Amino acid sequence: MKKIGVFVCWCGLNISSTVDVGKASEELKNYPGVFYADDYKYLCSDPGQELIKKTIIDNKLEGIVVAACSPNMHESTFRAAAEAAGLNPYRVEITNIREQTSWVHSNKEDATIKAIQLIKATVEKVKKSEDLFPQQIPLTKKVLVIGGGISGMTVALEVAEAGYPVILVEKEPQIGGNMAKLSETFPTLDCASCILTPKTAEVGRHSNITLMTNSEVVESSGYFGNFTVKIKRKPTFVDWEKCIGCMLCQEKCPKKTNSDFEHGMGKRKAISVAFPQAIPYRPIINEKECIYFKTGKCKMCVKVCPVDCIEFEQLENIVEENIGAIVVASGYELLPKEKLSEYGQGKYADVIDGMQFERIASASGPTEGVIRRPSDGKIPQSIVFIQCAGSRDNQKDRPYCSKICCMYTAKHAMLYKHQVHDGTATVFYMDIRAGGKGYEEFVQRAIEDDHVLYLRGRVARVYEEDGKLVVLGVDTLSSEQVRIEADLVVLATAVIPSEKAKVLGQTLKVGTDAYGFFNEAHPKLRPVESMTKGVFLAGCAQAPRDIPETVSQATGAAAKVITMFSKNHLVSDPQVAKVNEKICVGCLQCEPICPYKAIEPETIEVRIGHTVEKRQVATINKGLCQGCGACSVACRSGAMNLSGFSNEQILEELKALCL
Amino acid sequence: MSTKTKTEIASMIKRIELISGESLFKCYQCGKCTAGCVMADEMDISPYKVIRMLQLGLVEKALKSESMWICAACFACRERCPKEVDLAKIMEALRVIQIREGKPLIEPDQVDDKVIEEMPQQGIVSGFRKYN
Repeated sequence: MKKIGVFVCWCGLNISSTVDVGKASEELKNYPGVFYADDYKYLCSDPGQELIKKTIIDNKLEGIVVAACSPNMHESTFRAAAEAAGLNPYRVEITNIREQTSWVHSNKEDATIKAIQLIKATVEKVKKSEDLFPQQIPLTKKVLVIGGGISGMTVALEVAEAGYPVILVEKEPQIGGNMAKLSETFPTLDCASCILTPKTAEVGRHSNITLMTNSEVVESSGYFGNFTVKIKRKPTFVDWEKCIGCMLCQEKCPKKTNSDFEHGMGKRKAISVAFPQAIPYRPIINEKECIYFKTGKCKMCVKVCPVDCIEFEQLENIVEENIGAIVVASGYELLPKEKLSEYGQGKYADVIDGMQFERIASASGPTEGVIRRPSDGKIPQSIVFIQCAGSRDNQKDRPYCSKICCMYTAKHAMLYKHQVHDGTATVFYMDIRAGGKGYEEFVQRAIEDDHVLYLRGRVARVYEEDGKLVVLGVDTLSSEQVRIEADLVVLATAVIPSEKAKVLGQTLKVGTDAYGFFNEAHPKLRPVESMTKGVFLAGCAQAPRDIPETVSQATGAAAKVITMFSKNHLVSDPQVAKVNEKICVGCLQCEPICPYKAIEPETIEVRIGHTVEKRQVATINKGLCQGCGACSVACRSGAMNLSGFSNEQILEELKALCL
Repeated sequence: MSTKTKTEIASMIKRIELISGESLFKCYQCGKCTAGCVMADEMDISPYKVIRMLQLGLVEKALKSESMWICAACFACRERCPKEVDLAKIMEALRVIQIREGKPLIEPDQVDDKVIEEMPQQGIVSGFRKYN
């Protein structure tokens, strides 16, 4: 019989007010196998840990049970304490008598009985515990950053500066993301390009950064420290190596088409670069619009190109890269206006969204910064801004706050008033959420200095009457219905994750929430890590946020990567599946069930009498295995077993609870 | 000042929620219902404010208002509400409470003969369903 110690934690009043901790430790003292049992006010405190260490050494304990909070909180604390006392850390088990007992019950007597039962079950588990040892796994010190917006660029630059190679993949032909489209930024009103272009230029020339624009990650395999990814490089139809960026092709191309970059506010040529400061400054042919691709004639670009770099026959190709860590910075989009039936469902040209307003307010935009309405190019005399368009709206399945709209709407109204002094800017808001350095002051400036009219209430409808847009709203502070004739309506539409985020999540095996934003490992303590080891998150891919917050988070994600790369090898969790080859029948039922693709068939040689026979069995990749245990459930012969949660341990626990 | 005790008010609120099947506390007072309400101009208390009063426990004041009778039950508010609160049902619950307490808006014997003569039968039936 092993010598087992039991420690019952009071957690101040958290546990002791609902569970009789004294009674629990007393009762455990008489339980078979328990050599020592006691209770203590705060086991996680320094003296508490010292008590555990001393007791292990003095009593030569061979296993301990700590009945305390969730193992998510302090399992590592107590395991480290045990290790310091010379006990293998995997002989320490936690009974959760806080989240699963004291916090969810009110009857002290019953809760105490439950706590004692649970502790006894854990004692039985510890009796079957074995020494486990972490393994060293190799590490590829190269990071893949997905998304070339401000968050992806920040991560790339930080990691590259630390001396590690970076691959930056961006689906658009140029980097800069949404920030490159912005006019000016709150709360300082400095132009977005002025602060962004030094970054894009640095990314473009950094020797540690390999830039792959117009590319997408299509496949990912491997594990923490050792991923293999396949990147699809879409054709640009221009040899970017040869191209000198003279843009004669763009100048002479006869075909004008809608520009994605301008969000429908401006046109571009069929061969063009999105904007003057684009990095890389290289053109791309829009296959769907190009006259040559449609009719087989034209080739104007080929004629004018001085270096002969147009390649109509270019095909997409897939490149494979070995990397150690992945940072997902896939950014955001805006809820399509078509989802907002009450605001015209995208049928009125002069009802635009925030990003479209950014383009017409941007100096490098289609109107060169003069705010003109899209329908007839007139300068609007009255603009209505509608906040929370789709956000905080259960009906539109977006109950969350998009966070940035309050601030950018104030900025939009201000930019407009700075251009059209006698114009009217009206903002419909529900709450002004201006938490941030200088943010509240910025909104007050819009109200006090620029006389932007803020009305508290939602808008019911936007419709056209006699060729004019009519906004029907309310001011709940005066209880008055409000009817405004507007020349231009700007909707602060909800921030939603990038369209491709869901597929990307599936490719990388990273979970998303109900709205498609990537899930962090812990909402407070691990905000830049995903649940998949080695995959980190940055920027709006995780949740809506503004530029300063994005940059902070991206720097945090970069720090995580750099910390990981500062070691020469990685240590894997030994609590993974293992195969008993003697009884494995090689049916491989486990292979398709494994969510991490950690199981593969292997042929082994077995001696039967005097002959040696070849037999198929399952084998585990210990780096890939995350210890979920699905394989051991599926295994018919009982050959698959999860170390630290073995079938024997679980059965013993159940016996203690149920028999 | 209210003449009711706290418990009485709480049970009245519960009753409104029970009859309407709606939770009053889902409403975050954005006013979208009122913004598009065709009858709001005629009401003494705006639609969103009726809910606010109920949230604050001012049930008697809300019941004294005429808004519930003016509500056309067109359901535009319900269609637009971002929190999916059915205000039309809450208005109906207030009418039902009044009617059950013997305080209907109209009594059949007080209706003018001329109205009965000119009003289509359907109108009379639905009018009595709503107001009596």
